[in-house]
Amino acid sequence: MPQKSFRDALNEALHLEMERDGSIIVLGEDVSGGAGGTSGQREASGGIFGVTRGLLPKFGADRVIDTPISESAIIGAAGGAALAGLRPVAELMFADFVGVSMDQIFNQMAKFRYMFGGKTRCPAVVRLAMGAGMNMGAQHSQSIYALLTAVPGLKVVVPSNAYDAKGLLIQAIRDDDPVMFFEHKALYPRKGEVPDGAYTIPFGEANLLREGEHVTVVAIGRMVVFAEKVVDTLSKEGITCDLIDPRTTSPLDDETILESVENTGRLVVVDESNPRCSVAADICAIVAEKGFHSLKAAPRAVTAPHCPVPFARELERAYVPGPARIEAAIRAVMKG
Amino acid sequence: MASPLSAERLQRAYRQMKTIREFEERLHVEIATGEIPGFTHLYAGQEAVAVGVCEHLDDADYIVSTHRGHGHCIAKGCDVQGMMLEIYGRADGLCKGKGGSMHIADVTKGMLGANAIVGGGPPLAVGAAIACRNRGRGNVSIAFGGDGSCNQGTVFEAMNMAVVLKVPAIFVIEDNGYSEHTGKDYAVGSKDIAGRARAFGMPAERCDGSDFFAVYEAAGRLIERARRGEGPATLEATITRFYGHFEGDPQLYRAKDEVKRQRETMDCLKNFRERVTAEGWLSAAALDAIDEQVLTVIEAAVAAAKSSPPPAESELETDVYISY
Repeated sequence: MPQKSFRDALNEALHLEMERDGSIIVLGEDVSGGAGGTSGQREASGGIFGVTRGLLPKFGADRVIDTPISESAIIGAAGGAALAGLRPVAELMFADFVGVSMDQIFNQMAKFRYMFGGKTRCPAVVRLAMGAGMNMGAQHSQSIYALLTAVPGLKVVVPSNAYDAKGLLIQAIRDDDPVMFFEHKALYPRKGEVPDGAYTIPFGEANLLREGEHVTVVAIGRMVVFAEKVVDTLSKEGITCDLIDPRTTSPLDDETILESVENTGRLVVVDESNPRCSVAADICAIVAEKGFHSLKAAPRAVTAPHCPVPFARELERAYVPGPARIEAAIRAVMKG
Repeated sequence: MASPLSAERLQRAYRQMKTIREFEERLHVEIATGEIPGFTHLYAGQEAVAVGVCEHLDDADYIVSTHRGHGHCIAKGCDVQGMMLEIYGRADGLCKGKGGSMHIADVTKGMLGANAIVGGGPPLAVGAAIACRNRGRGNVSIAFGGDGSCNQGTVFEAMNMAVVLKVPAIFVIEDNGYSEHTGKDYAVGSKDIAGRARAFGMPAERCDGSDFFAVYEAAGRLIERARRGEGPATLEATITRFYGHFEGDPQLYRAKDEVKRQRETMDCLKNFRERVTAEGWLSAAALDAIDEQVLTVIEAAVAAAKSSPPPAESELETDVYISY
């Protein structure tokens, strides 16, 4: 199978879907870049992360729409276009900018279907680049999917690898509900096996990446990469883990997690978000509530601390939950 | 002078305005009984704006509305009884009782929703206008908003984006003099809302919102222009509301005789009747007949709402998603 980067997998998903369905539009800041510039190069960037590269020359400016820096208008236009029958894929660039456009996400597109008695559909996708590790500072590095996971009406996707990224984005575009699609910036260059054609991965179905006996490790987004390493290392000394990637935090496949904890009796959740009201806290609570009888140790959440994402390399390294903290947590729950 | 509309269209416009007026006047009475849940913002006084604009539209054109949305809904063709049931919170309401007064929508009529967030609608209208542009059938998308919404950044973002993308979006600003309880003279810095829109690079017209013909003609020019692919525009209509911000608002911010005076001089229905009868376009008898028919429709809607069942509790968690 061909090896492709996470970035190229997403790009391929957009190309394939836009070829298939003329109602799909892409909009956002610099999605092609170059509009109104002095070089005359109309596609100058293809998105600042290169995910929307090559769409403008193929599909034209009516479908690949470079917008002003107006996040409320971008997300609102996506919501309105979706109500009016298009399938917009809006790029918010950095997930942190969700603050500027929050009303259009959580008061508007999330609630249309319910408020309007089930008579509308809003098949909009919002792509949000997230995550720390690139020294981008407190306003360009957050992993704030928990914020949107808490909102009824939204689906929230956090892929961890190139294969899933493509299948989940195609699913998101074909889905009839609004989908928030979080892409960890550090994953963009990471390669994996990705088939050329279109395929979908259903929402709410976790991926069981490793099977073991002693600990259930649930990891989200980039944290899956670290957790895989730790789980493989520990297996050599006889500590074996189920490693679960939920892939979507809404809907959440709590069934797979609970089944696993029933077998292992121990839970570690790894989440790059801040700890309070996080997806990690949510999963720990679900397991404590519904799987209490099978627990041999208190569930552990490995998260970033309760502070903004710092700038300095040394501080940012300390902020991001890494393999050492994951390993320590697994060893701690093993002690009961 | 010849009428700008056929007699049939004139009667239709009058019927729409009268329906809105009686719908709101009746709600004013019924809300006082306590039977209607929540809080409600009445559109009475502003009818000529909604109707003057929407008489240019068909079901394939879109509108987004505001918290004061009943008039826009009726003008765009939403079912009056379905609306009344919705406002009463009934299972058979237009939105199954899940939306209420501030969230009435009917996409089949191109009505993309009343909106309880001031300034929430214009970005949505730009999106619908992108859909209109891409389909290439000459449809338009209208964002209704008040003078209060003109102080929201979302409105400016939407106006600029509409100009940049050259989409067929029309921003209709109904300046009724008040942002909730705060006067326009205080809250709108420049006082010149049309001027703000022009600064974004689009044409903007001003009209007397109590004169149906003034609204109809100005809206017609701007809508036709947008249909031809010439881009967005703004219409600022000066108008008043006959009631408070919401029902139960004691309106301590308004001079005692203000509404009384405005009902005498700025009543669009009265102005319409005077004009069409003076010009000989319609007879008083024809208008009286419409008045009677409208009252019957409203009476039936209220009776149906009063006797209609509430939603079943099993509806609580439905309609959140299409699939989950």
